[in-house]
Amino acid sequence: MKRFAFIALLLSSCFIATAFSQQTITLGFTVSRTGALNVDSVEQYRGFELWRDQVNAAGGIKAGGKNYKVQFASYDDESNSKRVQQLYTRLILEDKADFLFSPYSSSLTATAAVVTEQNEKIMLTTGAAEEKTYKLGNQCLYQMFAPATQYLTVAIDALKAKDPKATVAFVYEDASFSVAVVTPAKAYAQQQGFNVVFSEAYAPNTTDFGAIIDKVIGSKATVLLGGGHYADGSTLARQLYGHKVPLKMITLLVAPDSPQWAELGDAAVGVIVPSQWEPQSTFKAQYGPSGADFGKAYTAKYNTPPSYESAGGYASGLILQRAIEQAGGIDTAKVAAALNATDVTTFYGRTKFSTQPSEHGLQVGHAIFLAQWQKDKSGKPVKQVIWPLAGKSADLVYPIH
Amino acid sequence: MILRRPLLWLILLLAALFAWLPLHGNNVSLREDLILVALAIILTSNLNLMIGYTGYVNFGHIVFYGLGGYVGVYLMTVRGWHLVPSAVTAGFAVSLMALLFGLGILRLRGAYFALATIGVLVAVQSFVSNFEPWGRSTGMYVSFESYAPLGGPRHALWTTYFLIVAVMALSLILSLGIKASKFGLGLFAIREDEDAAIVLGVNATIYKAIIYSVSAFLPAVAGTLMFFKNGTIDPSIAFEFMLSLEGIVMLMLGGQGTVAGSALGGGLYERLRSYLLTSPRLSEFHLVIAGALLLLVIRLAPGGLIGWLYRLVPRSREVIE
Amino acid sequence: MSGIFASMIDGLLIGSVYGLAAMGLSLIWGVMDVINLTHGAMIALGMFGMYLLFNATAINAYLLLAPMIAGGLILGVIIYWLAVNWVVDRPILMSLLSTFAVNMMVIGIGTAIWSTSPYNVDFSVPGITVGEYTFTGNHMFAALSAVLIALLLEMFLRRTRTGKAIRAVADNRDAAELMGISSTRVLMVAFAIGIALAVASGALVSTLFPFTILSGAGYQLKSFVVTVLAGLGKPFGALVAGVLLGLLEGAVSPFIAISWIPLIEFGLFVLVLIVFPRGIFSRATA
Repeated sequence: MKRFAFIALLLSSCFIATAFSQQTITLGFTVSRTGALNVDSVEQYRGFELWRDQVNAAGGIKAGGKNYKVQFASYDDESNSKRVQQLYTRLILEDKADFLFSPYSSSLTATAAVVTEQNEKIMLTTGAAEEKTYKLGNQCLYQMFAPATQYLTVAIDALKAKDPKATVAFVYEDASFSVAVVTPAKAYAQQQGFNVVFSEAYAPNTTDFGAIIDKVIGSKATVLLGGGHYADGSTLARQLYGHKVPLKMITLLVAPDSPQWAELGDAAVGVIVPSQWEPQSTFKAQYGPSGADFGKAYTAKYNTPPSYESAGGYASGLILQRAIEQAGGIDTAKVAAALNATDVTTFYGRTKFSTQPSEHGLQVGHAIFLAQWQKDKSGKPVKQVIWPLAGKSADLVYPIH
Repeated sequence: MILRRPLLWLILLLAALFAWLPLHGNNVSLREDLILVALAIILTSNLNLMIGYTGYVNFGHIVFYGLGGYVGVYLMTVRGWHLVPSAVTAGFAVSLMALLFGLGILRLRGAYFALATIGVLVAVQSFVSNFEPWGRSTGMYVSFESYAPLGGPRHALWTTYFLIVAVMALSLILSLGIKASKFGLGLFAIREDEDAAIVLGVNATIYKAIIYSVSAFLPAVAGTLMFFKNGTIDPSIAFEFMLSLEGIVMLMLGGQGTVAGSALGGGLYERLRSYLLTSPRLSEFHLVIAGALLLLVIRLAPGGLIGWLYRLVPRSREVIE
Repeated sequence: MSGIFASMIDGLLIGSVYGLAAMGLSLIWGVMDVINLTHGAMIALGMFGMYLLFNATAINAYLLLAPMIAGGLILGVIIYWLAVNWVVDRPILMSLLSTFAVNMMVIGIGTAIWSTSPYNVDFSVPGITVGEYTFTGNHMFAALSAVLIALLLEMFLRRTRTGKAIRAVADNRDAAELMGISSTRVLMVAFAIGIALAVASGALVSTLFPFTILSGAGYQLKSFVVTVLAGLGKPFGALVAGVLLGLLEGAVSPFIAISWIPLIEFGLFVLVLIVFPRGIFSRATA
């Protein structure tokens, strides 16, 4: 009886001890659970979620002698910026979020940034590659994605190595992100000596690409670069295939990175996507899990391999965790200082933020991959890394057919 | 005399409450909720001038709000104008445009007019999506420097909020003023029987064009203010067809043709949508619930909430108009 | 073959699907003076219906049109009693709102089930290649099916007793009632056919392009344009107007960026409304 009482005392003192050092940290963000951005945004969310579950299972973030359990506060932004400010204000003031993640997409992030900035809350942005937002004088934004300029210039480098005489067509979504990608890419292609024979932007909700495809055929282009997000990119690829457009290379933004892309069947094969991260990438992680471990845990939880949006989501959590640990607590100024000083390689690659006042928070460490959908031995479409050559898992298939 | 109308004082009281409540205790979260309520009231009460007073269903009402936003944001970011002159200029510019459109499409009646307004909305959206100076589909960003003349973003958002509340009060007072005027009587005559009204000497063409143009002014001003606050503007958020339809829903909910009804419907609907969206259990079904509610209202209380109140307390008609 | 011909043939093919989509709207509007705002949602349901049926049976998607149309008729009857019957003689705003309410509910339920991600009916018929241009078999079959359904409807309206009753009610409901035609039953049948047409056109579209639960809205807008070009209550005229609209898209698209096309289409729509408020094809202005 006495021993029992002793154990009970010991146990309860343990609880009291943990109650003192155990704290929670709230991270706020919106997810596009409905609307046009739904596929990409939910993949990003799963990255956040996996990170949270792993951190909490390991006892929380340990900083300054305390354990911080991570909890989320999130709402559906309906892929529409109308309510983003209302929701982020709510996250900051009512849900008392300590730190924020961005919504998915450059334009929603720009709207959210107006609110986070005036509340001086740190927001790690993922799925928001466009540079403009970071050049408006924001102080509390930290970009996890490599900036938009890189996406297609990398593809042009790969093309130059293979076929410097190719004729190029740009067909892209008329939205902030894709315009920010294509504008510098077009100039770069011309500078590299390519003949850009056709260039047209289509409205974000386009489903019938028949007219554009007829024009691409008429222009005699051999290479098509462009796309936008999932819905339009998958539609475009399917119709290019259906119309048997004689293209040697197709590079589309964002859409082909999703595992769902394989559902397009034969239309999926050969398409290249500029990617922030691929499961095959073999970075030596100085911090956090290896790429293989991340991929395994993700696949086990969601029954689908991670896309780069998922990796970006997970990495955002990781970078924030590291900054909190180094700051020894959740004080915003100290965490900001730690983020400013961040220069680390994780499974996701290198992460370093610009500290120039004119472009504060812009990602300067991370670089873009190219991945191509190829048939494996059993004829199933799989994604292979083809660029940079140093990290490739397969050779570029050129021309596609 | 409008000053003798009790509703005028209720409107001023409402505006004062809107201004005071969030300021009291610096409740920014409440402010963000109320600004959307105020916007809903602005859109609904101006829409009421067309639908409720004149009997013309405008499906594309949101085009005024969006165009106003574009003109204003353009003046501020590209031309470097101050917020208030930009908003007022946007109001006049859009009103003028509405007058021109109105003289064309107001020859149509009933459903044909309603369809033409959809056509105007889609055509304008498509034009703006291709218009280079306004950034095509990408739209425009408000740079942080634009907030500087108003004392930085934090201060600027409060200023914007008070301005929106003022526009809300003006919208309601405008509705009340028109209702009390001879001009308003002419509109009601058009609503009841346009041909008879013409016989009685109402110049229907001019009346309709003027009210169409007037109903554009304050939504356009609100557009500038809201998109300035939003930080970005692009065609898909500026000309959202859904928002246009929701405006009609709000009006019906409150009671078309009445000043108080448009405010009540706008306010309630917006709060309901917000609540459903942020409620963890119901957020999946917010559209279903809003739809079912609408169906019930038009079936059980076709006069809206105000119509129901009139039936319940007939004397309320004299105060709540 | 030159680009403009290819582009116009594509326009012709897709135009007949626009036409079919508009026929339902036109029929309902003409017969009962109700602008059916559930139209887009019904087109979307047609897309998802086809997706589910095709995945369950895996037979030729165009054979599945028959059960889809049957399902559409049933759906039409349900919606008629839920939201339309009691607004038929009320001001137009009431019918707009009650159908819009149903639209919101359908879209809401659809979003809860399928979210707003794109879906895809993985069925393709080999196409015909002329020079460097290929016309997909799906486009040709869809156009053919649309024309066939339109012809069947026209025959139904002209040859059968119910069809004649629908036309009589459309012409003059009071007179039809005096002749002993039960207008409620006729209106219900007309509404159900209108919904079935929307469902069928959605099913056809789903074999051409990926779709989401929100995809119907764009076709609803196009249906408005087509209906007005054709004049109300002229289902077959709607098919012709749809084809013309497709041809117009095909003819202008080689010369301008396609993002300008909605401006041309809807600008034209407003102009036609103002100049010929009763439709291009009708001479009588009663």
